[in-house]
Formats: sequence, C-alpha cells, structure tokens
Amino acid sequence: MNAVDDMTAPTPPSRLAPISARRRRTDKFARGMLWAGTGLALVPLALVVYYLLSRGLRAWSWHFFTSDPTGRFIGDPGGIKSAIIGTVLIVLLATAIAVPIGIGVALYLTEYGKRSRFANTVRYFIDVMTGVPSIVFGLFIYIVLILSGTFGGFAGWKGSVALSLLMLPVVTRSSEVVLNLVPSGLREAGLALGAPRWRLILRVILPTALPGLVTGSLLALARAAGETAPLLFTAFAVNATTFNMGQQMNSLPIQIFNDVRQAQDRIVDRAWGAALTLVLMILIATLLARLVSRRSRTK
Amino acid sequence: MTTETATSRRGGRQIFGRAAPSRVPDRVLKWGLTTLAAFILVLIAFFFVRLYVEAQPAFDTFGHLGFVTGNEWNVSQDTYGAWPLIVGTLITSAVALVIGIPVAVAVAVFLTELCPRRLRGLLGTLVELLAAVPSVVYGLWGVFVLIPRLKPVTQWFSDTFSFLPFIGGEVAGPNYFNGGLILAIMIVPIVSAISREVMATVPAENKEAALALGATRWEMIRTAVLPYSRAGIAGAAMLGLGRAIGETIAVTLVIGNAPQIGSSLFDQGYTLAAVIANEFGEAASDPIHRAALIAAGLVLFVLTLLVNMVARFYVVRAERSQRIGRGERA
Repeated sequence: MNAVDDMTAPTPPSRLAPISARRRRTDKFARGMLWAGTGLALVPLALVVYYLLSRGLRAWSWHFFTSDPTGRFIGDPGGIKSAIIGTVLIVLLATAIAVPIGIGVALYLTEYGKRSRFANTVRYFIDVMTGVPSIVFGLFIYIVLILSGTFGGFAGWKGSVALSLLMLPVVTRSSEVVLNLVPSGLREAGLALGAPRWRLILRVILPTALPGLVTGSLLALARAAGETAPLLFTAFAVNATTFNMGQQMNSLPIQIFNDVRQAQDRIVDRAWGAALTLVLMILIATLLARLVSRRSRTK
Repeated sequence: MTTETATSRRGGRQIFGRAAPSRVPDRVLKWGLTTLAAFILVLIAFFFVRLYVEAQPAFDTFGHLGFVTGNEWNVSQDTYGAWPLIVGTLITSAVALVIGIPVAVAVAVFLTELCPRRLRGLLGTLVELLAAVPSVVYGLWGVFVLIPRLKPVTQWFSDTFSFLPFIGGEVAGPNYFNGGLILAIMIVPIVSAISREVMATVPAENKEAALALGATRWEMIRTAVLPYSRAGIAGAAMLGLGRAIGETIAVTLVIGNAPQIGSSLFDQGYTLAAVIANEFGEAASDPIHRAALIAAGLVLFVLTLLVNMVARFYVVRAERSQRIGRGERA
C-alpha cells in the first residue's frame, strides 16, 4: 500500500523555494498561538487548584471531618462527616451495580456478539447512553423508583442506581477495549485444549484482562463520584449521618451545591472545604487507576 | 470392548481420558450475557417511554409544538413554554464552542506536533485533570471567583463594543457568557483528547512529504495534519457540544436562572438542565409543573441524542477513512 496514493491533503507547493520572511513570520506567529492556546487551557486549572487549596484548607479541621452539618444559619454550621460517608456508600453501591453488568455486556460483545447486527445495535445504544445528560438519568430514576410509589421515597440506593446508569456505558466501553486486547492465541489455545467457553472466559480471558478492567472501573467510579445532578431528587439530602441506604442520604456534591447558595460566609467556607475533599477523593481514584494500568504494562 | 463403546458413544471426542465437559454452563453463560445486552436496549426504550408518558400532561395542556415554542415559563401562573430555556441552552453551548474548540484544537496540535517530548506526558495529564474536577466545583469557583473578577472586564467590553448585536447595556452578575465560559473550560479536555487521537493517526509520510517540499512547521500542520483530521475534529466538537448542552450544575450556579430571553450576551438566562435542577424539588406536589419539567428533560434528551448521532457519524467516518489511509482494510 502506498500511502501517498490515498493522501487526502492538498498537494503542497512542488518547487523548493527559499522560505520568505512573510512565511517565516506566519510560522512563528502560528506556533506562538499554539503555545498560547495550550497555556490558556491550563489557566483555569491553575486558578481552580489555587482557590481550592487556599480556601479549602482554611476550612479543614478535625471538627470539620468529624461532625455532621447542623443546618443552623447562626453559629457553628458543622462539618461534612455525613456527606463523606454518604458519597462513599452511594458510589460503592453504584460501582457494585454497574461493574458486573458493564463487564458482562462487554463480554457478550467480544466473545459472543462480535460483529453481528445485534451486537452493533447494542454498541450504538451504549454510545447513546454515554451522551445522555446526567440530570435526565436522575429524572428517569425519580419517575421509575419514586413517583411510582412502590419503593417509598428518597433513598441512598436510588441515588446509586442513577449513578450506575451513568457508569454503565463507561465501564462497558473501556472493558470492551481491554477484552479485545487479550491475544486471540490464548483463546485458541484454551479451546484447543478442550476447555469449554465458560471456563475459558473465567480462567483465561478475565484474569488476563483484569488490570485493564480494574482501571476502567476506577475511572468510571471517579467520574460518578463528582456527579451532583443524578442525586438531587433520588438520594436527596439530610444532615445526619446514616449507614442505611434505604433512607435519604447526604453526599459531598449535594452538600456543596446547597452550601454555595447560602449567603453565610461560614457555610460557603464549608463548601470550599468539601470541594477540596471531593477533588482529592477523585484524584486518589484516578491515580489508583493509573497505577494499576502501569503495573500491568511493566509485567 | 468397554472402551470402544465409550468412545463411540461420545462421538470420538474423548481423547484425553477425561469426561467430556458439560454443555449446560456454556449455554447458561451465553444466554445470560445475551440477555444482559438485550436488557440495555430494553432499558433505553423503557427510559424514553416513561419520560414521554410522565411529560404527557404538559404536552396535553400546551401542545407539543406549543410547549417547545412557548415564550413564557411562569411557575406562579402554571404557564410553561420551553423556548427561553432552549435559547439559553443554545447560547451557552455556542459560547462554549466558540471559546473552547479553538483552544482544544490548539492543545491537540501543540501536544502532537510541537511539544518537546519530555513535556508531552506532563501537559497531557494536566489537561486531562481539567476533566477530573466535578461540575459542582466549577460552579462554586464560578460563583465566588470567576463572576466577581470577570464583571469589570465584561462591563468594559460591553460598553466598548456596544455597537455589535447582542452586546451592550448593564452586565448582570450571573449571565449567559459566564455559563458559556465555564462550559468551555469543561469541554476542552474531551475535545482535545479526541482530536489528539485523530491527529496521532496522520501518516508520517504525509507530514514528511510536506516538510520535504519545504513547508514550514505551521504549513505542514495546515496542509497535512489539519485537513486529514478535519472529520475527527468535527466529531470531537459535536461530542463537546453534546456535553455542553447536558451540563447542569455548573451552569445552574452561574447563569442567573431567569426564565426569559435576555437582550444581550451579558443578561441573565436559564437552560433546560438548570431549570430541572432548580425547580424539581418544589414541583413534586404540582402535577403540571412536574410534567413540564419532565418534558423539558425530554427535549434535552432529544437534543443531545441528535447532536451525538451527528458526532458519531463524523467520528466513524474519520476512523474509516484513516483505516483505509493506513492500508488496513477492515
């Protein structure tokens, strides 16, 4: 194959000419703009990090992490204990729902469906799910699980279900990529030795792809942890700490969202402290994901 | 004799002296996984139907077209027309694209073509970190840092360029422009990541040919890299647009939440997603209000669906043309 035959780019000038001053200037200018554009993209990151650290650290204290919000506008506004516990529980349950289903669908796509029409339809709709705004997932769960009245009112587990809908396409897509990377030689060797497909999947394919699956799941978890909109009218918010997922639950994003809209400086300070906590939690999940994928690559 | 019958009964498959594995778990797994995949399709169909059914009271009262084109969103009079919200969504998304896409493409070109190798990993990670910051944190930052700092600048801009359409007059604290700017920050990482992937597939021959013919670095980018990755960049931009349309919390905090069409870019507004986030809590007791908000969600859903379908079309086309360009035919 000669790549030049298929070249879609217009043919550049064919004569060798000395580079004129004007072309040199254009080149310099354009390169400068590219540098500047990249710098510009990083300005908001620097500003967000700066304000998060300077305002957030000021709010941090032992009391901040060990007390619940008091809900009072005068005096001590309290800390974010219930929000941290709520976020951890809701996100863990969401992961427990989304990861098995997501990996299962990915296994179907790589091991059974392959390029069939049905598999491609499933792929298409998973991409559609990726584009659905998170607040629409929240609405859907509200309609199905709360408005219908059969499951009671607002509850932590309903927030988890809403988040798991958000994670599902991310897990599926990343798992499919990883499962496709398992060498087909391994599959063929297993089948040639007489292993049935289910054992091949459980004993060969899944263990080989494990680090990649873990990375994809952790990244999906990190994305879900910061979501506010799906929790607004599913898990709702309370001040007190609860470990019961059948009740309303507080969470960091909701706590921040509610605190931002208060006029009290001390409550706004709590929002900054909570925001720093949330960003750090997401960063840790992201770093873990990278670490897992790096270790598997060096092995 | 006995061994002979055993082999013939198993159809000659028995070579290794072990019982032939049962086929049952295999079938169970296959059908289990297929059901799971079918479940996704059923879920999305169910999703759409339930939203539509619950939005029905609003469509009955105002008509489908009447709801979408209605100019008034007034909770106290129970009149719901989504047009101001749709316009707000489109304005903020347009601002996000106008600011975000050039920056994102610049980042992608810079990282693939110009950046010193040592810096590439670091800068790439930093840009990706922008995507790790949650929406609500951007909102918090927008309310307490961006809006107060930006106000004098936008007021000066508004006064100086008041002869332009949709610019001029008093700048509101929270406004369309702030919403668009925050959205721009949020779409830069995704758009630049996809653009980078596309640009990485530009064949080295094309670039080397341009350089060999005496092109400067920029001319090489303009004639070899950009035309080749145009479809991919368009797809990335559409995906960014989809993200911008659906983004909720950050915009809710910085757009001012006034359900009317502002006369300038610096007026308060509202978006489809923001109205749901803001009003749903109080709407639970009022069936028409609730139906109107669900209908707004449906409009939002359809809008993002259309945008994502177009995006997918472009991205798939870009991938296909590149596969052919590299000589691998799928």
